[in-house]
Amino acid sequence: MPSTYTLISSNVLSSTAASVTFSAIPSTYTDLVLRTSTRQDQSFANAKLFGIYFNGDNSNLYSATVLNGTGAAASSTRTDNPGSATQYDSIYVRGSDLSTDTSNTFASSEIYIPSYRATQARVVGSFSATENNATTAYISALAGLYTGTTAVTSIGIQAVATFEIGSSFYLYGIKNS
Amino acid sequence: MTRPTRLEINCTTGEESIIELTDAEIAANEAAQVQAEADRLAAEAEAATKAEAKAALLTKLGITADEAKLLLA
Repeated sequence: MPSTYTLISSNVLSSTAASVTFSAIPSTYTDLVLRTSTRQDQSFANAKLFGIYFNGDNSNLYSATVLNGTGAAASSTRTDNPGSATQYDSIYVRGSDLSTDTSNTFASSEIYIPSYRATQARVVGSFSATENNATTAYISALAGLYTGTTAVTSIGIQAVATFEIGSSFYLYGIKNS
Repeated sequence: MTRPTRLEINCTTGEESIIELTDAEIAANEAAQVQAEADRLAAEAEAATKAEAKAALLTKLGITADEAKLLLA
C-alpha cells in the first residue's frame, strides 16, 4: 500500500441505517476512494443497489454506464438521471447483498473519485462483487459522471432498502505525492 | 416499531450522528423503493418482449440464432 493512501474515516454499522454520509471531507488529498461492504434488509432485486451522491445533491446531475455479469448472462446499461423519485437521483452501484443471499455475507465495492476538489464535472469509477453461496452472483463495473461544479465535501451512500448491521464503509484519501 | 435512521460521519471532527428519518424522508424512501422495483420489472418486461420478437423473426426466417449471428458478423 502506498504511503499516500490514508484512511480518512470509517464505520461498521452497529445499527441499521438507510444512508451513511461522510461530511466535512478534508481538502488535503488529490483523489478519494470509498470502500464498502454492504448487505440490505430486503430481497427485491433492486436492493442490490445503493446510490452515491455528492454534497447532499440529489438533483438530476448524475449518469452512469454499467456492465453487469451474473455468471449466466452479461448486460450493459446506460442511465441518465436515474432517480424516478427525486431523493434517489444519484449514481447507482450494484454492490449490496440481499437479505436472501447467504447469511452473514456482504458484497464488496470500491468507488474511486478522482480530483474531488475540482470545480467542474467529475467522473466516478466503481467495481463491485456480490457474495452468495449459489450459482448466481453479480459482478459489476461502472463509469459514472456527476456534472455538479463544486468541490466534493461530502459523500452520501443511500440504500435502496436499509443497510444491515455489520455493513462497513471506509473512506480513503489519495495524495499524488 | 423502531424508526429508520441515517448515519452522518464528520470526517474533520470524527463525530458520528445517528439521525432519525423524518416522516417525509420515510415516505420518500418507500416511494422510491416501489418506483425502483416497478422500473426494474418494466425493463425486464421490455427485454422479454424483444426476446420474443427476435425468436419469432428467426422462426419466420427459418434460421437459428447462431446462423443469424453469422449473417451479421
